[in-house]
Amino acid sequence: MAEQVKLFKTWSTPFGLRITWALQLKGISYEAIDEDLSNKSALLLQYNPVYKKVPVLVHNGKPISESLVILEYIDETWKQNPILPEDPLERANARFWAKFSDEKLILSVWSAFTKEGKEREEAMDASLKNLKFVEEELKGKKFFGGEKIGLADIVFGWLGNLLPIFEEVSGLKLLDDRFPSLLAWTKELSELPVVKYNWPPHDKMIIKYQALYEKFHPVK
Amino acid sequence: MASELILLEMKVSPFAPRVKIALREKGLEFEAREEDLLNKSSLLLEMNPVRKQIPVLIHNGKPICDSFTIVQYIDEVWNHKSPLLPSDPFERARARFWADYIDKKIYPIAKKLWIAPEGESMEAAKKELLESFKTLETELGEQPYFGGKSFGAFDISLITYHCYFHAFERLGNFSMVKECPKLVEWGERCMEKESVSKSLCDPIAIYEEALETRRILGV
Repeated sequence: MAEQVKLFKTWSTPFGLRITWALQLKGISYEAIDEDLSNKSALLLQYNPVYKKVPVLVHNGKPISESLVILEYIDETWKQNPILPEDPLERANARFWAKFSDEKLILSVWSAFTKEGKEREEAMDASLKNLKFVEEELKGKKFFGGEKIGLADIVFGWLGNLLPIFEEVSGLKLLDDRFPSLLAWTKELSELPVVKYNWPPHDKMIIKYQALYEKFHPVK
Repeated sequence: MASELILLEMKVSPFAPRVKIALREKGLEFEAREEDLLNKSSLLLEMNPVRKQIPVLIHNGKPICDSFTIVQYIDEVWNHKSPLLPSDPFERARARFWADYIDKKIYPIAKKLWIAPEGESMEAAKKELLESFKTLETELGEQPYFGGKSFGAFDISLITYHCYFHAFERLGNFSMVKECPKLVEWGERCMEKESVSKSLCDPIAIYEEALETRRILGV
């Protein structure tokens, strides 16, 4: 039976982008379906009734949700170009940093982008502290995964595109020369064909996040 | 060489017992050391400098952090017996999805309920908690375990809340057996396993900790 792989995402979601990278790195044919989150398709609601969110991967009719879960599923189903290392301790380390990206770093950066006054300052401090941990982990390595990209690179990928958009829109200064390893890493990452050719359009992203920024920071 | 396994844990935690259950399922000996989060040991700060939280499993001197990551690590290293995750990738994804759901939903709602003042806030927290439990009951279906025929990582992620049921009932003024009979039945089935009954926290200690927290906060 021919494989049927579908990816439900949006044009801008960094979480969906991770899955695009993983599928393309492994050379898997798939159909991409861009959702309009203000008008979710019946299929999306059927495939992800718990969260009703993207991304959702549907493999031969079976849905998998949550980007980190999807990435592990892809790696276990299609063994070429592994995303996770073989050694259990290294796997645990990759999973640790994947969780750190999504449970700590994204949240502190989002707070810095959306909050005002003292809360914004505190979120900035937290973000810088979190970035410092990531910088330390990366030091001396081309990628988090070593010579080739791995789970942590894919999961931290939003630092290469979404974060600079946040900075451009809000004037926040986060990923700068205080973090030389991270800056070098974003350059290396962005040179990879799967990354370079899949970044969402810059101008469209600026418009979207500018509008979002103005919602959180209404001009008085 | 015998493995050296040290678990840094806390007396009241829904996370640390997951590791204990996994270790016991694999028949592994380990040393448990209790941490005081208000006075963290230098070992904890050295082994988990980034998040400074328990549980941490130290295996031959190397730390592994985050409870579900530790459970997966244990399953991968000691893969000769008692598999904790299913072999089929889709079933593994299912276990990971729901373990993540339990951490995203049950934990924050339980925290809300812990300190909710009586009245509207408590009722809202209780409603949210029961909704999540009912979602999980639907997922359980007619199977003996969340893992299907066998007890596994999905069960391990949720069973550590079994000892919190008593506190939930007393704080929220409801009966788990009336609201979520399937979940209670599943819990009792899991408790028949020695790896579970030996590893869970004491329900009375948990309730007392909740009362103490509420007293300190003036709720």
